[in-house]
Amino acid sequence: MAQSYLDLRAATSARDRSLREKVMSIEEATSLVNNGDSVAIGGCTASRTPFAMIWALIRAAKSDLKISRSITSTEGDLMFASGISNHILTSWFSQGIVWGISKVMRAYTESNRARFEEWSHMSIGLRYRAGAMGVPFMPMRSMMGSDVAGQLDNLKEMDCPFTGEKMLLVPALNPDVALIHVQRCDAYGNAQIDGLQFMDIDMAMAANRVILTTERIVSNDQIRRSPDQTRIPFIAVEAVVEVPFGSAPHECYGMYEPFFSHMDDYASLTKTNPEQGVAEYLEKYYYGPKDWTEYLELLGLGEMLDATYRGRSIQND
Amino acid sequence: MTNQSDYTSAELLAVMSARQLVDGQTVFAGVGIPLLAATLTQRLQSPGLTILFEGGVLGPFVVPGELPPTTNEQRCTRRANMILAITDVLLLLQRGYVDIGFMGGAEIDRYGNLNSSILGDPENPKIRLPGTGGGNDISSLTQMIVTMKHEKRRFVEKVDFITSPGFLDGGSSRKDSGLVTGGMHRVITDLAIMGFDEKTKSMKVEALHPGVTAEQVRDNTGFDIHIDDDLMVTESPTIKELEVLRHLDPEQLYTA
Repeated sequence: MAQSYLDLRAATSARDRSLREKVMSIEEATSLVNNGDSVAIGGCTASRTPFAMIWALIRAAKSDLKISRSITSTEGDLMFASGISNHILTSWFSQGIVWGISKVMRAYTESNRARFEEWSHMSIGLRYRAGAMGVPFMPMRSMMGSDVAGQLDNLKEMDCPFTGEKMLLVPALNPDVALIHVQRCDAYGNAQIDGLQFMDIDMAMAANRVILTTERIVSNDQIRRSPDQTRIPFIAVEAVVEVPFGSAPHECYGMYEPFFSHMDDYASLTKTNPEQGVAEYLEKYYYGPKDWTEYLELLGLGEMLDATYRGRSIQND
Repeated sequence: MTNQSDYTSAELLAVMSARQLVDGQTVFAGVGIPLLAATLTQRLQSPGLTILFEGGVLGPFVVPGELPPTTNEQRCTRRANMILAITDVLLLLQRGYVDIGFMGGAEIDRYGNLNSSILGDPENPKIRLPGTGGGNDISSLTQMIVTMKHEKRRFVEKVDFITSPGFLDGGSSRKDSGLVTGGMHRVITDLAIMGFDEKTKSMKVEALHPGVTAEQVRDNTGFDIHIDDDLMVTESPTIKELEVLRHLDPEQLYTA
């Protein structure tokens, strides 16, 4: 499953990495994701989830995507239930602590229709980091002795050749595609990320291609006035899609917090009959709307303003 | 003075946990009771306590009434000293900058191993739980305080699945597995405070909360637990502690 280093290098060489415009529609961007691809998802839990892109991939009826993410929230439920993925590699999987255990995740995993491949948080981060560094593994000191490590088959223990200490080695993860939502980027894909970065930068540099969705597109001049704020460089990016509220109903740092009542509603909808509830949700919010604007209309202006008011308040201190 | 009916068991947990922290420590906190307790002690007796969140936050200031729903939202970053990548904040544990990992638990065993992954046969789970998150890394790499409800079904002889390692099979097994630092320090429940025997690494009761008997602890523990002869009794939560706690969580999101 690990990609050879020479293949990784060849794939990178083959990409057009020139300073070129790559703005496209969200529907066009879905053509950069192939069935069966390994897809890394940026953000963490209910934060900077690239929901617009996931929404479009579900509408495009992709299949067999092998997903990885630091921590998986509702988007994992929706990817299982829509059938675009039956395999998610992550460290934690449920909407969020306050909403309890995801009933949808339970329904799919306990019936063995889908797999939740559990790794520790840091091991996932180090796997992306190894991928970003162009090395085949990273040594680390956690997970040893636990059943988290015990049930994984692509781990190795090794005695350090310098000190003799026992180390755990985790393999590099170089996803085919990384989906990352940012506050702003230019038309070439130079991305600035405010606030929490999560694992997004390692993930972007590890991936074979990056699809950026962004709250807004700014000029290249603006990027060049503060290049120290650029977190993902254009050379790594294949597509730029401008999608306001592209993480809704999750949070986008400094812009909007999670849409809490929508998330409460989702939790109660999927509580008693998870599969029927999530099917209804997909029908209403994913297959029904003609475009992202209509999806946002369904979430509702009141919710959007409330989330925005809370989101911007982080700047008020 | 307060008496037991004046506070909820979650409030008792938060207060008792808060008292375990020492000024100047760097504490990796989960949301819920751990975060409340860390914030409580910060406000009352340990202004020099530094909180870390696994979302990538170093030294935030939690705003009363705006407790973050997870460790990964912007609310966690209020007035923080630094925001860093998830991998880098977790690497602070490995480097040795963290004194205490502080989390809740669903199921714990005699040797302090925690399960938050799978109930039942791991090959064929009865209940799939949300998983480790950073729990495994934190408990692999630093001293742990775990706070949870004291119930027989939660305190078991052997967990179905070791998500976050305690002392594994006891004795030196943790060290032998490659985990050369850290380990379970304290388990705080609504009944008692537990530590671990230095040699066997088996859980033992060190102090009871006011009005609790050793018998009650035995009855609510699913394994034969050692009870210290010179058992201490904890002091009831003070009015001051409860006031600050209620100010932090006015809607009782975590303390109901």
